[in-house]
Formats: sequence, structure tokens, C-alpha cells
Amino acid sequence: MIERIAELVNADEKLVRRGRFVHTTFLLEVGGTGYLIRIVDGRIVAVMAGPFITPNYSFALRAPREAWEMFWQELPPPGFNDLFALFKRGLLRIEGDLHPFMANLLYFKDVLAALRKERAR
Amino acid sequence: MSPAFEPIVGRYLHLDLLGQPHRLYVEEAGRGIPLVCLHTAGSDARQYRGVLNDKRVTADYRVIAFDMPWHGKSSPPAGWQEAEYRLTSRDYVRMIVEIADALALDKPVVMGCSIGGRIVLHLAHEHPDRFRALIGLESAAHVAPYYDVTWLHRPDVHGGEVCAGVVSGLIAPTAPATERWETLWHYMQGGPGVFKGDLYFYKVDGDIRDRVDAIDTRRCPLFLLTGEYDYSCTTEGTLDVARRTGAEAIIMKGLGHFPMSEDPELFISYLLPVLARIRATQHRFDRHDPG
Repeated sequence: MIERIAELVNADEKLVRRGRFVHTTFLLEVGGTGYLIRIVDGRIVAVMAGPFITPNYSFALRAPREAWEMFWQELPPPGFNDLFALFKRGLLRIEGDLHPFMANLLYFKDVLAALRKERAR
Repeated sequence: MSPAFEPIVGRYLHLDLLGQPHRLYVEEAGRGIPLVCLHTAGSDARQYRGVLNDKRVTADYRVIAFDMPWHGKSSPPAGWQEAEYRLTSRDYVRMIVEIADALALDKPVVMGCSIGGRIVLHLAHEHPDRFRALIGLESAAHVAPYYDVTWLHRPDVHGGEVCAGVVSGLIAPTAPATERWETLWHYMQGGPGVFKGDLYFYKVDGDIRDRVDAIDTRRCPLFLLTGEYDYSCTTEGTLDVARRTGAEAIIMKGLGHFPMSEDPELFISYLLPVLARIRATQHRFDRHDPG
């Protein structure tokens, strides 16, 4: 399912435009599984599933699988509707060089939320 | 669409606030009981456009919404460039009292959201006899810092984009897209460091946990309305204040941290019964208190 994020993000022209200056690789951790997601000019060009030996990324978003499952519901319940909601509840850890994440916060929030469309199908 | 003016009148008020001359932008509509509306941190009084335009509200209330100094169309005081903006409890309380005095308001109702929801608790504690009633939206005694606010004001991150990004999830996912993005636009227009300066009050200086129990809601009725999707001021935080003060708490379904702006129509459906009750209290005053 996570691999679908590339197709969903890249098909959303408005989202790609919002992230047109984003050029980074970040780590998404869903429970025990890590994914390195590489973005060039707002498009996801690679999704690589772990395990990794020496993963190279700018920032990491780590949460238990159950928390992501709640977040990815088509209409998430209160407390699970946003990355910062998960973060404030202590379910999401945000680590590393946060500059690309914070400078493009609306973009990254929607990139992660893109998988809700997968659920809605 | 045929062109039409809204009934809102916006004017600039010159007055001394906190001992300094200020030019303050004030909007108002309606007549009756004064209802002063306080916007959230880093935003402005446009958040109350729905309330100001609702005839069911303005039939009995004179709704007044001002942009705080540094916000919206109000200017910062002269010399602003020399200092870092930081809102304190003391200044915020004084500002509201001085504005109410400048407008010669007779026992107004004050309704504030977020930082405004916090300051009404301070008003309830310090000045219960000056107000007819207080309405706290997204009101809690304290919100602990949960992210590094220095991201909100630094030259290598666009302030408007990051402020909107930080608050976007506080809006209920069911809010209409137009009102959601209008709400975020206000955040995108804030001056550099202003949202961060307001959060100094919200997360540090405005902590009122040690005084909440001393609030006497018999001297000034207190109503607390909080959206279920608010993870900043949580429903638990609001219910705790209600339990400790005897205030009435209403949890609003399908709303988040900016109820009056993210979905004005739904919010007003929660607000009208509260305004009716405050008005009923007023009628009792009129009958029994000829003075």
C-alpha cells in the first residue's frame, strides 16, 4: 500500500506544484517497516522499503502501524486527522534535519495524507 | 452575483493602549448588548466575518471585533522594529479593558478564541464585575509546548507558509474548503514573528492553572465551547476548566480550533442558544433592577 504514495502524489498536479522546490529523501516508518521516499521537484521518484544498512535521509516520521491506519482513514477521528495531532499525542516521532519538512509543511502533510485516497477507492 | 455591501462597518480607532498611541482597526455590526470578539494567535478579526454578518446575532447584539495591535490592519506601535513582539497576560487583559473603556461599552460580553479563549479566563478571574458574560472558544487553562516555535520566525522558512502549515490540522476535516482556506489565508498574512509572539502568552505566560479554582462564575457567567477536532486546546482541557469553575461546557461536533472561521454556519448554530441565555439574564436584570 505505501508504494502507492508515489502514484497518488504525482497524479495530484496541485500538490506537486506546492512542493516544486522540495528535493530530499525522508524516512517513513510504519511500525517496524521503514520506507525511504525520494522527492525531486515535488514528485516522488522512488519508494524503497527497508531493511536498510546505512539509510541516508533528511528527516524521519516514525509511528506505530495502528496510528498510521487511523490517520489514513478516509475521515479520521479527532486526534488522528493530522501529523501534528499524532505528534501531540506522542504517537508520531519527527526527527532529523527538520528544515525541508517545516519549510514545506503543508506539502508534506498532504503527501502523507495522500494515502487516504487509496483507502477511499 | 450582484454586488452587495456587507452590513459590517470597519473603522480605524486612535487611542492610547498600554501607555502608547495606537491605530487600531475595528469592525462592528448590529445593535444591542456589546459583544467583543477576540481573534486567535497570529490571525485577525476577519475570523468573525460569519458572526458579524449573521442577522440572528446582530438583531440583539452589537458585535465588535478588533485586530489586536500587530495583527490584521492594526499597526504595531511606533518603534516596533526595535523589539521582539511578545504578548503577556498583563498586557492582553489591559488591552481589552482599555478598548472597552475607549468605546464606552456598558458591561460587554467578551467572546475569545484560543488565546482569546484563555484571556477570558483571566478576565473572569481579575474583572468578573466588568463583564455581563464571558464566552471562551477553544479555552483551556494551559497548553504545553509540543513543537519548537522558533520555526515560526526565521529567515530561511516562509513565515506565512509555516504558520498556516502548523495550524492547518486544527481545522476539522469536514470544514467547507472555502472557509478552511480563508482561515489559513489569514495565517499566511501575519507579520513576521507575530504568531510566535502570541504563543508566548498561549504556552508560557498565560498559564492560569493555579488560579482557575478562584474563578467565580456566579459573579460572571462563563460559557466554554470547544470543537472536537481541536488537539491544541483539547476537549479534556475545556472540561477540566468547566469542572473547576462551574462554567457550562459545550463540545462542538464537526468543528476544530477555529470554529467561527472554519465553519461559521455550524458554529453559529452552537452560539445562538448561548447568546439567547445571556440575553434572558439581561431581561431579568431589566425587570428587577430599575437602577
